[in-house]
Amino acid sequence: MSTIHVDIVSAEREIFAGEAEMLFAPARLGEVGILPGHAPLLTQLKPGEVRVQLKGGEQQAFYISGGMLEVQPKIVTVLSDTAVRAHDLDEAAVLKAKQEAEEALANNTGKLDFTKAQAELAELAAQLQTIQRLRRRGG
Amino acid sequence: MAVGKEIRVKIASVQNTQKITRAMEMVATSKMRKAQERMRAARPYADRMRNVISHVAGANSEYRHPFLVARPVKRVGIIVVSTDRGLCGGLNSNLFRMLIQHLKRWQAENIEFEVCTIGRKALQFFQRVGGKVSGQASKIGDAPHLEQLLGPVKIMIDAYLEGRVDQIFIASNDFVNSMTQKPELEQLVPLKPAADAGLAQYWDYLYEPDATEVLNQLLVRYVESLVYQRVVENIACEQAARMVAMKSASDNAGKLIKELQLIYNKARQAAITQELAEIVGGAAAV
Repeated sequence: MSTIHVDIVSAEREIFAGEAEMLFAPARLGEVGILPGHAPLLTQLKPGEVRVQLKGGEQQAFYISGGMLEVQPKIVTVLSDTAVRAHDLDEAAVLKAKQEAEEALANNTGKLDFTKAQAELAELAAQLQTIQRLRRRGG
Repeated sequence: MAVGKEIRVKIASVQNTQKITRAMEMVATSKMRKAQERMRAARPYADRMRNVISHVAGANSEYRHPFLVARPVKRVGIIVVSTDRGLCGGLNSNLFRMLIQHLKRWQAENIEFEVCTIGRKALQFFQRVGGKVSGQASKIGDAPHLEQLLGPVKIMIDAYLEGRVDQIFIASNDFVNSMTQKPELEQLVPLKPAADAGLAQYWDYLYEPDATEVLNQLLVRYVESLVYQRVVENIACEQAARMVAMKSASDNAGKLIKELQLIYNKARQAAITQELAEIVGGAAAV
């Protein structure tokens, strides 16, 4: 039986790579089974189990919390999310990031003070240079 | 003998400092190795995604996602990736200096900007010098998770989709090797066309449920993964820079101790000589 190359990756690591006879994945519109030679397909995945049927019929299962599935005739890629993603959760993250920034910058005018920025950076550079000079003198 | 008590105390205190810097150096060395591994582990995802996106760019012609279309620039968004903690040499200040140069150039062209900061140092920098910060994420730790970065990234992506900003950049350090880190500004959105888009493809994917939605999710994930990669890389840079800074601090402490020891020995010798001279003088007087 012919095989198809399967890659399962998440943003933080590679989960599985190898040849398989068949792959099952929880697509948005229902579970799909992918055999070698499948037409090109791009779809979203729901949280669930991705099963890889290896050569000889052995199955390996991976839990994913959603993601994308890309199918090419000879290669299948599962781009797994690292966590459960939902619209409201993402919105909550946005709110949190915004609030924290606003709190930190309560008395900020919103205009960047270039002279101040450069003075500060020059000071830091001078400090570093002094350290280097001291080291050279000492060494 | 009461000679040189101050010097002895000073030596002991420098020794204690040296112990700390040496420990920090060793911690940074092992953390750097781990961060480099994480950097490598994050690569396959972005590579696979880049493949898919180049397929998409080649395959799909009727729908152009806004991420793939450049427009005139009136306002840019920048995600600034810095460290949470200091004691890492000039890593952050080099990054900010590079950033300020770009901001100046934009200012000259009448392009406004807003930033989202990742890491405490960048936030503190903009706190001091001003500038519009629309979001932040800090206390990322040594092993960042994508979820921690979603807030700032989504703020920028939303701003782009709403038309508030016309380009998104990311400023972070590039890990050249453990001795060298290079600050870099990279354009995230609109995506630059993939290099291998040249081969003509006359096919298209089947999209489920539909092209717009699928592409949207794909491209947003892609941007997120790029940001994640930059953050992981910046952590490797932080640890490398800290390792080098702490190594030279330990070396300097060693030098200082040597000098102080020399002074102490001299003072002790002088005291002994003086005492002897006094005894000899006393004996002669009797």
